[in-house]
Amino acid sequence: MHEVGIMETTIAAVLSEARGHDASRVHNIVLRVGALSGVEPDALRLAFDAAVKGTPADGAGLEIESVPARGRCPDCDLEFDVESDFIFTCPKCGRISGELVQGRELELTRIVMS
Amino acid sequence: MPTPLAPSAQKATRTVELRLSLLESNDRQAVANRRRFKELGMVALNLVSSPGSGKTTLLERTLAEFGAATRCAAVVGDLATDNDARRLGRTRAPVAQITTGSACHLDAGMVARAVGGLDLAGARILFIENVGNLVCPASFDLGEQVRVVLLSAAEGEDKPLKYPPIFKSAHVVLLTKVDVAGVLGFDVEAAAQNVRRIAPQARVIRLSAKSGEGIKEWYDLLGSLVNSGKG
Ligand SMILES: [Zn+2]
Repeated sequence: MHEVGIMETTIAAVLSEARGHDASRVHNIVLRVGALSGVEPDALRLAFDAAVKGTPADGAGLEIESVPARGRCPDCDLEFDVESDFIFTCPKCGRISGELVQGRELELTRIVMS
Repeated sequence: MPTPLAPSAQKATRTVELRLSLLESNDRQAVANRRRFKELGMVALNLVSSPGSGKTTLLERTLAEFGAATRCAAVVGDLATDNDARRLGRTRAPVAQITTGSACHLDAGMVARAVGGLDLAGARILFIENVGNLVCPASFDLGEQVRVVLLSAAEGEDKPLKYPPIFKSAHVVLLTKVDVAGVLGFDVEAAAQNVRRIAPQARVIRLSAKSGEGIKEWYDLLGSLVNSGKG
């Protein structure tokens, strides 16, 4: 359950950002989480309530944008979306590629505060 | 009840774009680790697997045999006991134990602190034995140059399909305990096939630290990593 630790550092970053902007309330937090990041959005949501409790982000909304995996075929120089099985099969030539162009994202994208 | 940060009046609502990595501090430390390992002329390998996949047995044999000619060091992450470090301590390699407590993975800071206490003079390879877990270690860069994922014959051949993030990030996959594959009904070829489907970039080695099968191929790989300074 590394999501608990990741959520704690995320909220620490959110609060430090809010302080830097002289804000007293955080209303909304937007994260981007890649399908191959190794982090479960549901586990992040579970960790969220405990991490914000009693802080200026208590009661804030949490939005998690999922970033699908995208692969690239070096033979065809083609980028393509990857299905949920995570086997990067090139739709043009059928080669299985190891090249990942998107899907490992794990990002604190934006905060709404006042 | 939320406690206000400052006792000020109502402020305007604003949106701040950040695009900050959630692993910012770990990734920064990982970059520092990687630079330090490079300065020391050392290749760092991050060994990841499920519990009981034979990491410690393989490491023990590797330190004794490969380590006899090429100086190696090891950092071992363990939940509670120091059994692994004690086993490895019987070889002459410098070994540091990281007791992770309830943590399910090593992070770059833990590795930096553990390495700080080791005599690394002349060491060419650092083995980092991660906590037995195929999920959490996937997200944490330790500053290693080479990520090695182990899959033993005591597990399912479909593990690569079930844990894509970690296999996807592997440079090397070791299929371990192949000496007992027949007894356990483990289809080594099917497992290798699944690795190739998820991680075609990974070098696959079938080995047994007990029978010695495939061990030479593993040592040859380590030797080439040392000579090239990277994988
Ligand atoms: Zn193609």
